[in-house]
Amino acid sequence: MTVTATHEGPVRPTKSAAEVAADATQRDIRNCWLLCAPALIVLLCAASGPLAIMLMYSFLKAGDYGGVLWTFSTEGWFSVFVQRDIFDETLSLADAHVSIFWRSLKLSILTTLLALCLGFPTAYFIAMRPLQTRNLWLFLITIPFWTNLLIRTFAIMEMIRNHGIINSLLKSIGVIDEPIQMLFTDFSVMLGMTYVYLPLMVLPIYASMEKFDFRLVEAGYDLYASRFRVLRRIIIPLVKPGIIAGSILVFVPSLGAYVTPRVLGGGKRMMLGNLIELQFGQGRNWPLGAALSITLLVIVMAALLIYVRSVQRRDGGHG
Amino acid sequence: MNSAKGGPAAVQALNVSKVFGEGDSAVVALDNVSVNIRQNEFFTLLGPSGCGKTTLLRLIAGFDHPSNGAILLEGEDISGLPPYQRPVNTVFQSYALFPHMTVAGNIAFGLEMLGKSKPEIDATVTDMLRLVQMEELKDRQTSQISGGQQQRVALARALAPHPKVLLLDEPLSALDLKLRKEMQIELKRLQHETGITFIFVTHDQEEALTMSDRIAVMSAGNILQVGTPRDIYDHPAERFVANFIGETNFFQAELVSVKKGAGKIKLASGKTITATVPDGLVANGHITAVVRPEHARIVEPGASSTLVGTLENIVYFGTDTHFHVALGGEEAFIVRMQNARDDAGKFSTGMNVGITIDANAAQVLRD
Repeated sequence: MTVTATHEGPVRPTKSAAEVAADATQRDIRNCWLLCAPALIVLLCAASGPLAIMLMYSFLKAGDYGGVLWTFSTEGWFSVFVQRDIFDETLSLADAHVSIFWRSLKLSILTTLLALCLGFPTAYFIAMRPLQTRNLWLFLITIPFWTNLLIRTFAIMEMIRNHGIINSLLKSIGVIDEPIQMLFTDFSVMLGMTYVYLPLMVLPIYASMEKFDFRLVEAGYDLYASRFRVLRRIIIPLVKPGIIAGSILVFVPSLGAYVTPRVLGGGKRMMLGNLIELQFGQGRNWPLGAALSITLLVIVMAALLIYVRSVQRRDGGHG
Repeated sequence: MNSAKGGPAAVQALNVSKVFGEGDSAVVALDNVSVNIRQNEFFTLLGPSGCGKTTLLRLIAGFDHPSNGAILLEGEDISGLPPYQRPVNTVFQSYALFPHMTVAGNIAFGLEMLGKSKPEIDATVTDMLRLVQMEELKDRQTSQISGGQQQRVALARALAPHPKVLLLDEPLSALDLKLRKEMQIELKRLQHETGITFIFVTHDQEEALTMSDRIAVMSAGNILQVGTPRDIYDHPAERFVANFIGETNFFQAELVSVKKGAGKIKLASGKTITATVPDGLVANGHITAVVRPEHARIVEPGASSTLVGTLENIVYFGTDTHFHVALGGEEAFIVRMQNARDDAGKFSTGMNVGITIDANAAQVLRD
């Protein structure tokens, strides 16, 4: 390692160059830790700490009225995948949990895809506007964030319920006789989540697209690429970082969504977030709730790993 | 000027106009421009920025469409075709190389889009890499190569599909002087080897003069003059052309007679000299004429001199010397003479000197 002498000031002749260098290195390391301290404290208190508590709770016994008893138990983890019959104590796969896991995964993936299909053209549209009006469009995209999530969700409910705006409209123009059941289905949950998380897709894709050099599109056209091929071979590969970021930002909160499935799924269409809430609330089974939370975390991590790997592989060797 | 000779037109612009914007903010980028560009020629669009040269190039490429008029490629109207259906490729000023592809990937792109077979693509890419001397760098990312190398890749990429016409939009402007000189020769060689019609856009008159078969000088959305570099330099038909290309002396004279483009003009000194006259100009009194500094000579004042003045300044340039002669007008008349070994100290500032103008070297301007 080389350390410049100017960094040190005048070098005293009693110390060898190597010693001076070693001192400087040590001081650099010390300063480095000191400067990182605020970030480390936040990470420790806000991220690692709560996670450690959750992990600990998942290995304790459930208290009768909520909370935990300080006795080691694997009952929580056991119940994640296995259920015990109330009457004869026989063990079977926890069908309810598996179907909730599956629904969460399915709806989150569909939500992410739908948000991508809507968000990509939106981001493209904004990026193509003149510079002066782009900020206005971005502002419009973020406006829903200013309203309470619950209110926005109820607004959607008002749109799609049996006697809501859409059904009344379709009925009045004679397209349908009976209202279409949209509320309290997987569809309504997906629709609600797409609406809520769409800005999280648009913004990162826009950020990538803003940096995109649109002269490359002309170069593509010039080299006999049709519009579709320019999109597939030039635009999408180059805004891929934004697509990846947007997909992650939509997928992760979708998987753990709580309010939207609760309101638009009507309690029947439970997702992981609702299941976890149930354990900490009426279920009074904190260890199971904690174990489910950790399971959710693992699913998210695994899904992201698979996603990022597959995207990189399709990319070939570039980078 | 000599549009009668040569083969069929590779590209033809017929009364092409291009207006950007609408109403009060409308900008006329091209104003009823017509030009014929021949097969296999190195054709240059020369003019200052904003003269419409890049607009004309973009109309030929298909990135923009003419507001009026038609663009013909080998006699076929291509005005309505999108760029990806035109057998025309472009070398962009910014190169516009695809940053997510390798050098070879960039060159192969056009061929892939044309649906060529894999062996054919590989063979063409190898040929192109050899043509621009980039074989060793074929697997590099485009961000890992120098500006000059990027330029070569951009050329190879545009040449690979073997277009009927190659368009070059100021491709050398980002290179340093030495590299630019090399690339000028290189481009000329490539044009010769491939036999493809090159349409080259530049604002650099020297570049235009050294590389082109023919030059179209543009200003304010119009083509002022089309001709060989020699034509354009020796016989500028308009004040703008004379001014834009090279150094020149303007002077007032009287057009005495015209016969088949050759005329006699009477100078302020009373002497009459022969001059070239643009088509369609008749003897009608006062005109402006130009003479290049190297087409005149400084002599002792006497019977042989056509103009007489005071030597104001002598500027020594090594190979030649510039003499500034005050004729009583606003600007000094500049004479450039090659230095010979024995003429040192023949003239000195303040002397009364005469100027002779070579036969037919004077050019009458159209305005």
